[in-house]
Amino acid sequence: MLLIHCPYCEEDRSELEFRWAGEAHIARPENIAAISDEEFAEFFFLRNNEKGLTYERWRHIHGCGRFFNAARDTVSDRFLMTYKAGMPKQPIPVMEKAVAIAEEKTVETWEATEGDAR
Amino acid sequence: MGMALPKTDPIVAGEQGEMRRYSVFAIAREAMRAHRGWEAQWTSPEPRSSYDVIIVGAGGHGLGAAYYLAKEHGITNIAVIEKGWLGGGNTGRNTTIIRSNYLYEESMDIYEHSLKLWEGLSQDLNYNTMYSPRGVMMLSHNTHDQQSFKRHINANTLYGIDNEWLTPEQAKAFVPVLDISKTARYPINGAALQRRGGTARHDAVAWGYARAASDRGVHIIQNCEVTGIRRGPNGEVQGVETSKGFIGAKKVGVSAAGHSSVVMEMAGVRVPLHSNPLQALVSEPLKPIFPCVVMSNTVHAYISQSDKGELVIGAGTDQYNSYSQTGGLQIITHTLDAICELFPIFRRVKMMRQWGGITDNTPDRSPIQGVTPVPGLFVNCGWGTGGFKATPGSANLFAYLIAKGEPHRLAAGLTLDRFRTGRLIDEAAAAAVAH
Ligand SMILES: Cc1cc2nc3c(=O)[nH]c(=O)nc-3n(C[C@H](O)[C@H](O)[C@H](O)COP(=O)(O)OP(=O)(O)OC[C@H]3O[C@@H](n4cnc5c(N)ncnc54)[C@H](O)[C@@H]3O)c2cc1C
Ligand SMILES: [Zn+2]
Repeated sequence: MLLIHCPYCEEDRSELEFRWAGEAHIARPENIAAISDEEFAEFFFLRNNEKGLTYERWRHIHGCGRFFNAARDTVSDRFLMTYKAGMPKQPIPVMEKAVAIAEEKTVETWEATEGDAR
Repeated sequence: MGMALPKTDPIVAGEQGEMRRYSVFAIAREAMRAHRGWEAQWTSPEPRSSYDVIIVGAGGHGLGAAYYLAKEHGITNIAVIEKGWLGGGNTGRNTTIIRSNYLYEESMDIYEHSLKLWEGLSQDLNYNTMYSPRGVMMLSHNTHDQQSFKRHINANTLYGIDNEWLTPEQAKAFVPVLDISKTARYPINGAALQRRGGTARHDAVAWGYARAASDRGVHIIQNCEVTGIRRGPNGEVQGVETSKGFIGAKKVGVSAAGHSSVVMEMAGVRVPLHSNPLQALVSEPLKPIFPCVVMSNTVHAYISQSDKGELVIGAGTDQYNSYSQTGGLQIITHTLDAICELFPIFRRVKMMRQWGGITDNTPDRSPIQGVTPVPGLFVNCGWGTGGFKATPGSANLFAYLIAKGEPHRLAAGLTLDRFRTGRLIDEAAAAAVAH
């Protein structure tokens, strides 16, 4: 279970209080009725689904109820930061370091979790 | 053992085409010579510089596609490239539920094609895949479930697929340990039963396809990660970059399950997928007590008993994208809560092992199989939490797609393009989950 920092409540709370809300920083086209089917599919369905650094939205649904953004590593599930909705995509200055930590924490094989390596 | 063995075995398999068949006589023969004559089930060759077809991912779907390409389309110069070991992905991690009672025709077409192939698969591969049509029962807990299941039953019946409605008493007669009392935490007001549904041995499916494909000359290259997809001046596929160097091919089929987004991104193709961990767990072995598969979509629990006696239990997915192959503890405790309520007799059973796999989920919870905007690149993905049952059918139709360059009639609706045209196959709305 994840431990998530809500940037509004400024508290670390259990994942049970939160609802994942998809990739962050996807702007709804202002001329939604005019865009082509390709553009609509792109906006509505196509996602990066990154292995590694991802920017995503969360909602503190059983807390303050607000949406916010997070940068997280999808391999280690480690949160690199959370920030308020409406703020631009935050650069991750310590990215190299974060990746290194992430790689250290990679849990990907049966051996790593259950087998001899443990 | 002092048994004299012939120096050169008269039927040692060569590179291809001389696989020794498994039979009761082979067991007797090997029993008499201390089991020293069993040969490797597949070869482990070094890659050639190029192939006619490369399949990325040696799960059941990828290995099966190579097998059917060789068997039905006469294409044998094939490599299946796998970053880990074959069958180590979701093929080796799933709860093996097999059924075909989906709602929409596009789904019924491919899952029923698959179920028919399951019925003859062990004979076809000369490998015991342990397909066991013990019945898959889906529990109905409320009016909505009941209406939805009856709609499925009607659609299936019209399409010639077996699926029947059971009263709570009939369900209990089929699974005596089921609690159908009115005061139960999750009361049961009926169930849908597909008798031809059941389970198969997950590893045997990967191994059986690997052996049969290898026998027909297919190269299975394990511990070799595809790191790039090379394209020519017109955007067409030229081959793949791998941890063992560049390997050429004019046709590349991607069947990488949870890593489909990552591999497709190498060719600049975005796919509408979310990768989510899905967990399963098994109990200590018990005497035979559980005769079929029981699923409850509403409370997110799936259970059957393996031939070893373990209860095999499937849980739900985590809510967020992840490649961690672990998953949250709250997900499995929720499932076990439900299992204990539905089957009070299991309350004191100990769980032995738990694991996760990464599933690739589409917005409509139906798979994607088809051509891509990149010439020569084909994709088979989005099987999400329910693609084991589809292994033979999907592999068979993916082989057709790669050989002919266009989809088979039975898979024609599964295109990537449906997210542009809006012709979704909305099993998500139909079933909420799709094991
Ligand atoms: C816990 C769990 C329970 C499930 N229960 C059921 C069930 O009861 N019934 C059902 O029908 N389905 C079930 N599923 C879903 C089912 O397992 C999958 O849909 C199915 O196995 C996918 O088929 P596959 O054989 O293509 O996948 P995989 O076996 O995952 O094969 C994909 C392969 O691609 C390889 N690969 C990825 N990236 C690369 C790369 N860059 N280079 C080389 N190789 C690469 C991977 O290592 C992997 O071996 C379950 C899944 C899980 C995780
Ligand atoms: Zn909050």
